[in-house]
Amino acid sequence: MTNAQPLIQMKSVGKHFGDFQALKDINLSVSKGERIVVCGPSGSGKSTMIRCINRLERHDEGQIFIGEIELTDDLKDLNAVRREVGMVFQSFNLFPHMTIVKNLMLAQRLVRKTSKQEAHEVAMHYLERVKIPEQANKYPIQLSGGQQQRVAIARALCMKPEVMLFDEPTSALDPEMIHEVLDVMVDLAKDGMTMICVTHEMGFARSVADRVIFMDGGEILEQAPPEEFFGNPQRARTKLFLSQILQH
Amino acid sequence: MSFDLSLILDALPKMLMGIGLTFQLLILSGFLGLVLAILVMLMRISGTWWLSWPAQAYIYVLRGTPILVQIFIVYYGFPQLEFIRESFLWPVFRDPFGCAVVALTLNTAAYVSEILRGGVLGVDRGVLEAGEALGLSKSQRFIYLTTPIATRLALPAYGNDIISLLKSTALASTITLMEMTGIARTIVAQTYAPYEIFVSLAIVYMILTFLIQKLLARIERFLGRYTIRES
Repeated sequence: MTNAQPLIQMKSVGKHFGDFQALKDINLSVSKGERIVVCGPSGSGKSTMIRCINRLERHDEGQIFIGEIELTDDLKDLNAVRREVGMVFQSFNLFPHMTIVKNLMLAQRLVRKTSKQEAHEVAMHYLERVKIPEQANKYPIQLSGGQQQRVAIARALCMKPEVMLFDEPTSALDPEMIHEVLDVMVDLAKDGMTMICVTHEMGFARSVADRVIFMDGGEILEQAPPEEFFGNPQRARTKLFLSQILQH
Repeated sequence: MSFDLSLILDALPKMLMGIGLTFQLLILSGFLGLVLAILVMLMRISGTWWLSWPAQAYIYVLRGTPILVQIFIVYYGFPQLEFIRESFLWPVFRDPFGCAVVALTLNTAAYVSEILRGGVLGVDRGVLEAGEALGLSKSQRFIYLTTPIATRLALPAYGNDIISLLKSTALASTITLMEMTGIARTIVAQTYAPYEIFVSLAIVYMILTFLIQKLLARIERFLGRYTIRES
């Protein structure tokens, strides 16, 4: 994949839930290695937008491309696309009935068809990377929220995805656990992972993002590099939002 | 009123001769019922109307009629039908044991399929989405995520149905089967001591229920090992 070809491209994407228009004319292009932070009030369509990228939601207008593959209903091997797109959820969503290491091995074995031994090695490698190899044989419920989210990140990384999507990864965490998760994400960003993060962690946005996107009412209202976005927001709606989340 | 202990000591071994038949009814219809229940449940949740409607109709009919009536229909009714007499199934319906197993199987499957559906619906949507996002196919998600989690969720209610099935086997005595209750009724007819005999029969069922409960609790502990916080 050359640099000229964007990794993810959304062209005039729209999405309705019944009468409610969740996404309106979304145009977004993400190149390899880019780190994007998406923010906006709740209900603004941030989550819906990134969920469309791995087709957890279907868009009903416009086009979405992952590399050169367009996401459509006729797509024969949607799972081939999905394994290139890692996703981390707000509520971790670990497999509760499997130990941590098995959580990391399952998709490698079933989707990548990795051997058991190799899957185990890869799993341990990424557990070390998120700094909890000693928890490998525990069940998710025995871990703290921050640890669970780090496991979820490691689980997505085991598939060696081209891009990682984060859907409010720290919103369900206690303040003292937010850091350990953000540290892992900053690490990933430093390694050049392409990332799209829906988050309200503005410190993270400032230090890591190449571009910050502000959404409201299902539309992208503003996108700019962080200095510009925080220093000189263009829209009144953006200013209001920033004043609300930054005043504390 | 006197309570004749020697009568009980006399009757107990005789009734226990029927325990084998009680167990055969329980295990055979429990197993076949579970297999059928899985099938009916899959049809019910298939999202395809021509699979889902028959499943719903089946559940409605079998839950909407008394099990005793169902046993009578299978035992007295089916042999009246010529195509059944001429089919390869005739040996089953000619035999009261076969009829009892068929009726108990059909009945328990209706209830168990709904219990299993409850388990499947109880699986956290987010967990399945995580599997989806990792590229697991629909059938892989069903086998590796939904099935184990739903099994754990459905187990307590399923245990309830097994215990209920144990006691439904007593109804087989109405179609001449000499399982424990059938034997007890014969003894009562001979001794005119319904109180002693039926009370001791009741105690036998209670002991069996206790054993089943213990077994289920063990299975539940094993399947639920991932729900306990401390390692």
